[in-house]
Amino acid sequence: MTDAPLWEVFIRPRNGLSHVHCGSVHAADEVMAIQAARDVYTRRGEGNSIWVVPSDAITASDPALKEQNFEPAMSKIYRHPSFYEIPEDVGHM
Amino acid sequence: MYAQGLIGADAATTEDAAFLERFQARIDAEEKIEPNDPMPAGYRKTLIRQIGQHAHSEIVGMLPEGNWITRAPSLRRKAALLAKVQDEGGHGLYLYAAAETLGVTRDQMTEELLSGKAKYSSIFNYPTPTWADIGAIGWLVDGAAIMNQIPLCRCSYGPYARAMIRVCKEESFHQRQGYEIMMTLARGAPAQKDMAQDALNRWWWPSLVMFGPPDSDSVHGDQSMAWKIKRFTNDELRRKFINATVPQAEFIDLTVPDPDLRWNDDTQSYEHGPIDWDEFWRVVKGHGQMNRDRIAARRKAWEDGAWVRDAAVAHGEKRRTRHTAALAAE
Ligand SMILES: [Fe+2]
Ligand SMILES: [Fe+2]
Repeated sequence: MTDAPLWEVFIRPRNGLSHVHCGSVHAADEVMAIQAARDVYTRRGEGNSIWVVPSDAITASDPALKEQNFEPAMSKIYRHPSFYEIPEDVGHM
Repeated sequence: MYAQGLIGADAATTEDAAFLERFQARIDAEEKIEPNDPMPAGYRKTLIRQIGQHAHSEIVGMLPEGNWITRAPSLRRKAALLAKVQDEGGHGLYLYAAAETLGVTRDQMTEELLSGKAKYSSIFNYPTPTWADIGAIGWLVDGAAIMNQIPLCRCSYGPYARAMIRVCKEESFHQRQGYEIMMTLARGAPAQKDMAQDALNRWWWPSLVMFGPPDSDSVHGDQSMAWKIKRFTNDELRRKFINATVPQAEFIDLTVPDPDLRWNDDTQSYEHGPIDWDEFWRVVKGHGQMNRDRIAARRKAWEDGAWVRDAAVAHGEKRRTRHTAALAAE
């Protein structure tokens, strides 16, 4: 037999926070994937909501293009508030 | 159990020097390596072997303790043991998932375990004839596992390190429930105390060899240290374990079965007597008391479960087909 499909598991630790990726499970369908994810990843109150996504439905950025994609953001220091000089007398801004 | 993961590892790699240097620079800068990043073939192979073996150890490790779930002496002990064994199953699954990110399939890993090609920790080839063995396993075996696993939380491979963080959070309960069992027996009737001492006698040395062969003859340690797959040598971890555990044995008035054990004031560390490495290699090579039983049990579980896995996949396919048909009819 071949492996059941792979699902990526995302868990919301509590209301008000985002779902965060925590690992993966094999399961034949989404119902069983949720059940498996609950058993494997939430045995100690790690969350109150689970998402499962078929692993092959995820498109990832290419690690080889890391510089091209993300370097420009690093060099634009004028996007940060600390770049601007405001006299202290003005007070908190 | 995890330092044994490098036994027979082949870290040979064929990339050019510039590639290896760039990779090493990332490791030295404490950058985590993630699944899609370029990595030397030897790094990938070493990790697949180590994580796979670690996963198998968690799964096979459920067997010696599972043996006592139905016979635990109280409901409290039974609930704790059940939860612990379930955790170990979870650890196996986190680890299989981490290994899969390196391009090996779950089925491949299962086949390698069942065929005997892949190993698991030698410790699980010892039997659990008495209830005190459950105490000794939690205290010593999980204790040794914790020593090994804490530095693995900083392993250079991201998915392995993250899986280890989850595992370590859960291990502390395992060790404490084991020690509590030992303490209860050691403070009980003389027959109970004897039972606890007997379990310590049988599990002490097998626990020490969980850290793997001595540094003087572990050939694959250096490359794994350089790649930060491993952070401490086998002997360093073994010493840490002994230093932590001896006072715990003294506290419950049990005797560590090593007549040569002595405190070295200069190194502020215990020194242990000679370890029987022949016995270790015998067990690793399949001739321990329980090797055959363990693999037979895993094989039976795998074969008996085949129809369930097939039915689940068929059910999933049927639901998908119906869903697609319903969408087409709209
Ligand atoms: Fe575990
Ligand atoms: Fe454990």
